[in-house]
Amino acid sequence: MQELLQYFFSGITNGAIYAIIALGFSMLYNATGLINFAQGEFVMLGALGLITFWRGLELPLPVAFVATVAGVSLVGLVLERLAIRSVRKPHPIVLIIITVGASILLRGVGMLQWGKDAHSAPSFSRLSSFELAGATLLPQTLWILGSLLLIVLGLQFFYKKTLTGKAMQACAISKRAASLLGIPSERMVLLAFALSSAMGGVGGILIAPITMSSYDMGTMLGLKGFCAAMLGGLGSSWGSIVGGLLLGILEAFGVGFVSSSLRDAIAFILLLLILYVRPTGILGAKAVQRF
Amino acid sequence: MRYGRSVLLTACVVLALIIGGISVPACWSQDTYKIGGIFSITGRASFLGDPEKKSLEMVVDEINKNGGIDGHPLEAVIYDSEGDPTKAVLAANKLISKDGVLAVIGPSLTPTTLAIIPIFEKAQIPLISCAAGIKITEPVKPYVFKTAQSDMLAVKTVYTHMQSKGIKTVGILTVEDAFGESGKEQLLKQAPEFGIKVVQAETFGGKDTDMTAQLTKIRAVEPNAIICWGTNPGPAVVAKNVQQMKLDIPLYQSHGVASPKFIELAGDAANGNLLPTGKILIAQQLPDSDPQKQVLLDYINQFEKLYSMPVSGFGGYAYDAMHILARALEGSGGERDKIREGIEKVSGFTGVTGTFNFTPEDHNGLGSDAFVMVNIENGQWKLLDE
Repeated sequence: MQELLQYFFSGITNGAIYAIIALGFSMLYNATGLINFAQGEFVMLGALGLITFWRGLELPLPVAFVATVAGVSLVGLVLERLAIRSVRKPHPIVLIIITVGASILLRGVGMLQWGKDAHSAPSFSRLSSFELAGATLLPQTLWILGSLLLIVLGLQFFYKKTLTGKAMQACAISKRAASLLGIPSERMVLLAFALSSAMGGVGGILIAPITMSSYDMGTMLGLKGFCAAMLGGLGSSWGSIVGGLLLGILEAFGVGFVSSSLRDAIAFILLLLILYVRPTGILGAKAVQRF
Repeated sequence: MRYGRSVLLTACVVLALIIGGISVPACWSQDTYKIGGIFSITGRASFLGDPEKKSLEMVVDEINKNGGIDGHPLEAVIYDSEGDPTKAVLAANKLISKDGVLAVIGPSLTPTTLAIIPIFEKAQIPLISCAAGIKITEPVKPYVFKTAQSDMLAVKTVYTHMQSKGIKTVGILTVEDAFGESGKEQLLKQAPEFGIKVVQAETFGGKDTDMTAQLTKIRAVEPNAIICWGTNPGPAVVAKNVQQMKLDIPLYQSHGVASPKFIELAGDAANGNLLPTGKILIAQQLPDSDPQKQVLLDYINQFEKLYSMPVSGFGGYAYDAMHILARALEGSGGERDKIREGIEKVSGFTGVTGTFNFTPEDHNGLGSDAFVMVNIENGQWKLLDE
């Protein structure tokens, strides 16, 4: 029982991170129909950016947090402006391949900037871990879950209550109709890029204290986030959260009850299964209304 | 355009001849002894290859300054393998057929070394590897030697320490790569000799972000200690997780993390971790009676003065290899067979890594004194008394 709870805690910590990354994938897919394979690299930029601002420049944590998120979304903006907007024939496949190229470029830049060594950051709070029915819970887990909740509530508010959010949703439903109604759809795409890369950055910031950050950490995390998004149903925000948490928990149980070398395989086996059995994901666009 | 380029080329050649002419002192009466070097100077394993190359060049310069070997000046031809077995093979062929070297030092990694061993066996040229894998010298190959400590010795050092602390059961956690696999093999193989039982064996991926699931599994069987076998950054995550889970049993790490980077990554969580390491990390703390102390301090001094960068334990492999080769070259007349026999006869040589006693049956030559156990206290290495 004690083990079960410990695997569960370990699972939701990783799962919440996957969920935040998946939210970034989903959001961009919603607004543009595009899958951004550089999403994992935004996570890397977030983690290493935080280490630079917080540990290197010794800024207070909230300032470092804002600076990192702003920096990462700026990178997202530049990517959209220079690499995506300027494509003459924006076929989805071409755009997706561009994002793969962007991920390789960002990894290279990360390597030049931060070197090949790993870096680490201390926990956000000085509290030591809690004990709950024999299992230990990290304060950082609470930070991550809290942030996930805030992001979800924020998105909910953005989509339901603000004009910009509604306009973005309109773009998602039909770009052409939206622009006929006077919605600047190009600006919405730009905003979606900035928001989804910011989401990746937040994921990176939150994960920095519980693991080691290096220039090549983004690839695996990006793929796991993609699996989570597919699992939950690409385009659905609730789906991303369900998919992320489910993936994290299944991974932890897989390590605990079967074998630790199975960890990464689980994500991809699940991805294959879901693509085969239910291509729309658990909460796919057809089954559930987007929020 | 074409004409301009050939003029430039000629100018370069002339310049090279002039510069080359200056650097070779006119007093050398004998032919040069050419030796080769293959190191992972760039790429993932540059932390090994770079100090190795620098240490090798340092020793060669020193020997030449003191009049060479039997009057022959030394010349080192060094190639970069980038940690890639294919490039190592190319470099080895170049050294043998084009440069005509007498012996080769390197490569830095076990996979690159294993890739070029057949070439040296066939060409009958001595090779002194700087890699750790035990497969390099076991079984013994006539022309292949190595100066780095084997995993076998590291495991032996850890288990000896555990035995003295009365530890009977251990849980092991190894990384999923060649280093971890080899460590796991040795940990499982040697445990019974020390009356220790491995009660749980887990693995982790080099880039995993969280190892609490594996540690939970280990905690469930209540071992006396945990051994983590990996290279950075994984073991630092393990150290953090152990601290977070408040496991109050000793955590042993491998020599793969014996660098200041580990303490930087793990922070507070590194305190109390125990690990085997070469003596270079704690050279200052060695008792004066230790024969290696003076050698180590000299090496650290010389290296840091020449390159103005902190010394690492890895450069010592090439430093020792060159000194051993120099001893074998003495009186060999530049004959490869005599050099090979010479290396087998080197004994009682105190180097940076340990005291070497080569024999025809032992081409590593190190004893268990090549490792010491250290504890991390307040972010500092602390030598443990036996």
